[in-house]
Amino acid sequence: MFRNQYDTDVTTWSPAGRLFQVEYAMEAVKQGSAAVGLRSRTHVVLATVNKAASDLSSHQRKVFKIDDHVGVAIAGLTADGRVLSRYLRNECINHSFVYEAPLPVGRLVVRLADKAQVCTQRSWKRPYGVGLLVAGLDELGAHLYYNCPSGNYFEYQAFAIGSRSQAAKTYLERRFEAFDKYSAEELIKDALFAIKETLQGEKLTSSICTVAIVGIGEPFHIISEQAVQEMVDALETREEATAEQSGGDMQDESGNPDAAAPMEEI
Amino acid sequence: MAHDEDVAGSERTLYPYVTGTSVIGIKYKDGILMAADTGGSYGSTLRYKSVERMKVIGKHSLLGASGEISDFQEILRYLDELILYDNMWDDGNSLGPKEIHNYLNRVMYNRRNKFNPLWNSLVLGGVKNGNKYLGVVTMLGAHYEDNHVATGFGNHLAVPILRSEWKEGMSFEEAVKLLEKCLLVLLYRDRSSINKFQIAKITEEGATIYPAYSLKTFWGFSAFQNPGQFAEGTW
Amino acid sequence: MGSRFNPYDNNGGTCVAIAGVDYCVVAADTRMSTGYSILTRDYSKICQLADKSVLASSGFQADVKALQKNLSAKHLIYQHQHNKQMSCPAMAQLLSNTLYYKRFFPYYAFNVLGGLDSEGKGCVFTYDAVGSYERVGYSTQGTGSTLIIPVLDNQLKSPSPLLLPAKDAVTPLSEGEAVDLVKDVFASATERDIYTGDQVEIVIINASGIKREYVQLRRD
Repeated sequence: MFRNQYDTDVTTWSPAGRLFQVEYAMEAVKQGSAAVGLRSRTHVVLATVNKAASDLSSHQRKVFKIDDHVGVAIAGLTADGRVLSRYLRNECINHSFVYEAPLPVGRLVVRLADKAQVCTQRSWKRPYGVGLLVAGLDELGAHLYYNCPSGNYFEYQAFAIGSRSQAAKTYLERRFEAFDKYSAEELIKDALFAIKETLQGEKLTSSICTVAIVGIGEPFHIISEQAVQEMVDALETREEATAEQSGGDMQDESGNPDAAAPMEEI
Repeated sequence: MAHDEDVAGSERTLYPYVTGTSVIGIKYKDGILMAADTGGSYGSTLRYKSVERMKVIGKHSLLGASGEISDFQEILRYLDELILYDNMWDDGNSLGPKEIHNYLNRVMYNRRNKFNPLWNSLVLGGVKNGNKYLGVVTMLGAHYEDNHVATGFGNHLAVPILRSEWKEGMSFEEAVKLLEKCLLVLLYRDRSSINKFQIAKITEEGATIYPAYSLKTFWGFSAFQNPGQFAEGTW
Repeated sequence: MGSRFNPYDNNGGTCVAIAGVDYCVVAADTRMSTGYSILTRDYSKICQLADKSVLASSGFQADVKALQKNLSAKHLIYQHQHNKQMSCPAMAQLLSNTLYYKRFFPYYAFNVLGGLDSEGKGCVFTYDAVGSYERVGYSTQGTGSTLIIPVLDNQLKSPSPLLLPAKDAVTPLSEGEAVDLVKDVFASATERDIYTGDQVEIVIINASGIKREYVQLRRD
């Protein structure tokens, strides 16, 4: 019977030059419920899908405030996400204690990536099973980063991670070029649309998503459920209006969500 | 306290050896000006005549020091490393004067907590993103900002002049004139001061430390002529 | 030479706090001195630690600043962990513990903590340098405290500390009267205490939030 010989510990290479354990950790990110992030020149918005483990339980927190100028959204093992959030908070506090200035986002992200990297090179460790979208503001402007269990990190204009994130990515890819000039409200709107893409027809309500924002003159904060619901309602009425105009021929495609065309331009 | 005993066997600054005297710093229209002489005293002996006591730190800051010269040079080594590591990120972020001032404060305060102080009063000036910054850190870690500052003897002799004559938005020429007035008073009354001064400036465009020069003095006052004349028993 | 290194300095300054039924006034002068020299005339000794707690501290500025930064950092961690602001009585206990932690190399800091408790009542906590503290109705600390305390005692007599059960120690004054009293005691202390002067910074905490006010004092 076939069995992979090269995936029993993190430090073993496969002949093809792969580290299977690290790749498995990255799979864990895809299992988690989705998180999206997008940024303009002045603001970054994070949004997540909240999935409760059972009807009887509440959902896990997926958005964490790190400091006034940074926040993260996670997908994957929430427990690992919490540990990393605590690490990030500590780094920020220590930096402000020494310099009385906020830690630049890019530098925070590198420290996080280095921490993740160490776990891919030690036989007695396990990679973190979580992906983080890091949203932040520093003197160079607004930033959105994705941190991966492998220790890689990337800066994005917009990105999505977690289950069915491909649909959100497709949506974002079609629209990202305009994001730079977006207002905070427009960013949130597109964040909600991107989140909706990942829901596979399930109804978008404020109870299954968290939205957070950081930007110039706006410290990182999670937007209240009530405010999110109002925006969701506003989107829906507008959507219905456009659907009626186009004769409702788009509705037929709802059986194939991954290939579904993104929302009509508002 | 545990620190009482065996001071002989340990290495820490119990008193300064070679010291520099006052540093003065003021804000002016385009940034910060700083002034100090280039003397290094060994106790009351004027031992060194060309010690640079003001240095450029990174892109936006200027540091001036009075007190133990060797400790100042040690601080410069700390800062060189700090700036080097900051530059190595190569990400467009850079430490401004506020950050450096705070960092220095942590260094000074931590050393005093270990009963191993760096024997200096430091003046930090700088400009970043249009904001002028001028602050002081003492050897114990006390720190503050102001429009004009001075260390050591300057606190007694220069600050009163600055308080009455400093104005917001002075031109470079006015500011230099004011600094020279202070330096001259210090030269006359502070015995560790020497007539070889440097002026340094920092603006949004960058820092310049000017070559050392002398001020014109006047010793012709009758009281200076023969000071022992009416005081019998002196020489 | 031969004298031991002294890690302390006294940078002077006076702090006052008065608690009312639904407000708290915290005040401190803005002078920072060493010996007979004034280092700066505009140094704030007041630090807002949480929504409803304000700390005024005099003593050795480096220690005061280290203490304030320490408490602010702890409060940030508290907010991350509990998702709320720390209450003033909780902050009072934290301050006490923080001071006592350095019992054998103390912070040379004299603190008054003012704010509103969880019922919205004004509260003042007063400390010594190593952390013993007490909730009172009014207090003063720092170089001018000996000049101010008898005036406050006279104007705001609190119930005897010997009473059992203990009585609430809030003052009967209105907010405006308390602020005026603070201005008077600072003007008076400035007359005789060389370490007090330049400006008094007055912070008023009540249900509607925090207000700040500055009054000029003698600069000599």
